[in-house]
Amino acid sequence: MNAAFTPAELEFQEEVRAFLAAEFPSEIRHKIARHVPLEKDDFVRWQKVLHRKGWAAPNWPVAFGGTGWTAAQKYIFAQEMAKAGAPEPVPFGMKMVAPVIITYGNDEQKQRFLPDILASNVWWCQGYSEPNAGSDLASLKTTAVREGNHYVVNGTKTWNTLGQYADWIFCLVRTDITARKQEGISFLLIDMKSPGIKVSPIYLLDGTPEVNEVHFDNVRVPVENRIGEENQGWTYAKVLLTHERTNIAGVPRSKVRLEELKAGAAAAPDGQGGNLLQDPVFAHKIAETEIQILALEYAELRALAAVSVGKAPGPESSILKIVGTEAAQRIDELAMELAALQGLPFVPEQFEDGFDGELIGAEGEASAMLTYFNNRKQSIFGGSNEIQKNIISKAVLGL
Amino acid sequence: MDFSFSDEQQMLQESVQKFVHRHYAFDARRAILASAAGYSAEHWALFAELGWLTVPFSEADGGFGGLATDLMVLMEEFGKALVVEPFVAGVVLGGGLVSALGSPAQKEHLLPELMAGSLQLACALYEEQGRYNLASVATTAHVSGSHFLVNGTKVLVLNGPVADALLVSVRTAGSERDVEGISVVMIASNTPGIVRRDYTTVDGHRAAQIRFDNVQVPVSALLGQQGAALPALQQSVDRATLCVCAEAVGALDMLLHKTVEYSKTRQQFGAPIGSFQALQHRMADMFIECELARSIVMMAAMTLDADVPEAQKQRAVSAAKSRVGKAARKVGQEAVQLHGGIGMTDELDVSHYFKRVTAIDSMFGNADFHTARFARL
Repeated sequence: MNAAFTPAELEFQEEVRAFLAAEFPSEIRHKIARHVPLEKDDFVRWQKVLHRKGWAAPNWPVAFGGTGWTAAQKYIFAQEMAKAGAPEPVPFGMKMVAPVIITYGNDEQKQRFLPDILASNVWWCQGYSEPNAGSDLASLKTTAVREGNHYVVNGTKTWNTLGQYADWIFCLVRTDITARKQEGISFLLIDMKSPGIKVSPIYLLDGTPEVNEVHFDNVRVPVENRIGEENQGWTYAKVLLTHERTNIAGVPRSKVRLEELKAGAAAAPDGQGGNLLQDPVFAHKIAETEIQILALEYAELRALAAVSVGKAPGPESSILKIVGTEAAQRIDELAMELAALQGLPFVPEQFEDGFDGELIGAEGEASAMLTYFNNRKQSIFGGSNEIQKNIISKAVLGL
Repeated sequence: MDFSFSDEQQMLQESVQKFVHRHYAFDARRAILASAAGYSAEHWALFAELGWLTVPFSEADGGFGGLATDLMVLMEEFGKALVVEPFVAGVVLGGGLVSALGSPAQKEHLLPELMAGSLQLACALYEEQGRYNLASVATTAHVSGSHFLVNGTKVLVLNGPVADALLVSVRTAGSERDVEGISVVMIASNTPGIVRRDYTTVDGHRAAQIRFDNVQVPVSALLGQQGAALPALQQSVDRATLCVCAEAVGALDMLLHKTVEYSKTRQQFGAPIGSFQALQHRMADMFIECELARSIVMMAAMTLDADVPEAQKQRAVSAAKSRVGKAARKVGQEAVQLHGGIGMTDELDVSHYFKRVTAIDSMFGNADFHTARFARL
């Protein structure tokens, strides 16, 4: 057993650092530092830089443009990306639909869709959840009725993150309404420009329209856009959800945020002449969080090591989702406590590109409470943490 | 021992319930939030007419009686409806300072107007370096002839954008964290040298960051004895703190109630989610938090009304604020989580209750601050 990096891995780490220092656009770096929300163009621009380097999709097989990295290299890459503050690629194409196309799509579909995902020419969004099918995803009601060489799709999908930007959507639809609920579902790829699709924004509690409802009114979808067999979509979707969960632990990002939190605490007056990092209660809370993330990091490394010797990510990945989101949410709580009164102002204009007025609060304070609110979604999306516990109970513990 | 409400308290409660039922539906509240002032002038006039603005004041000051238990009854109902009118910031806190520090002439001048709803006050007490410490006052007031010259910056001045006058804690002697040497001056909002950055808070209230640049204030604007204002500041903030605690109790009850109701109707896996034992236990835990919060807030209100040493009152308020902060975190998060995605939306009132109770934890000292203060006292 050995968790240290080899000389070759250390060399790779240097290569990643040099690349990020030279190629991560300073405009995007600046926006992130100022807590300015990134726009579609920012994401696409950065992903194209990664693509030119050949690093857009580390998890894909080499034949489709993956990097062929070891688990350690992937881990190093993710860590350096987080340290540099570089955003992860938008997951819907790269990390969610692509593994399904690679595993279950036919050759034509692979050729048609994968290169544009890799090059970030096409923006994807997810079409899984419905207003009445959340945790119980298999109860979904959107129907696809076969008419010749087309399916006619009707229904509503919800919680489509950044769906307002999307060119394509991958959907679970019901193709057999008589079958048992998991068995009549198919996996369709749908062009968002198809007649009959309407996207309406959902405003979240922090005022952002980052999710949407997508309505399908007699939308005609060519049968060739179906992945795999009709009525077998649930099997494919489960693979996607497991992948989604392994990407959700967010350890490198949490470690960086924890360091920022410590720096912020060291700079924050405690009102008694010292700083907040010297406050034993606050320092204790930070330490507990740091220990939790350390345990999570090694749990993730163990999972990565298992995947690298050819095992599929198993139900253990539910641990990563639960603990990863809880750790991130704990950091949100501590950042909010750090900001104290200065977390209360709602000043979105302060986080617009080009704002040059006087900032309210120290760096990031005025976004701390909003971030806390927004990130409550983490324990809900990607299969709520309750559903993850059901998976552990059933699939791991055999209950 | 008697935990029941008096006849007057029952009448007060019913009168607020009637108002809320008639005027404070969720969409009506949304319209108030979107308005320029951020509160309804008609509602404010009605509050005055119904006598609610007199509740914080003693009979000697011309008020309803000034009992903390009365305020608790009123505030819990405000909390249930997420009332945004600036009652705590302007009347309880601002009025409380005038009542505690003002000369008979100042009181006679200010309190009737305040109770009539024609005067809006705001208190500028907190500073960036001071966190929650009211004694950390770097804003200075130097005597210059018959005037003070005030310089400094105050953060989170609740009701600052609409106030006619500001009650400002200033240092007239000593150094930054000295408990002596703190005074309170009243400054008209339109005085030259006041630079205000107005904003809405995350939970829809109005506040401002205010800078004082050589603001000239007549010496007669001093409230109370020069350099000896800290005890009155703490006392007034403690009463305001009790008020937001009671407000939180009302809001937390709504979060619990709405979550339980939702769990009975939301169907997943062929059954209402409220039929799952794992979720039932979590709602039982929410209920426990709500009941403990309610209990400790009653304790604090009764202690404020009792004839006991000031330190005991401070300890009671800190106990309540600490426990309410804990409940706000737990019940707020669980309400959103059990609602799922819909609990995250602006459209549903649950997220608005969640934001309010979270904001309450962060103001007037959060749970950690008050736990430490409780331990110290």
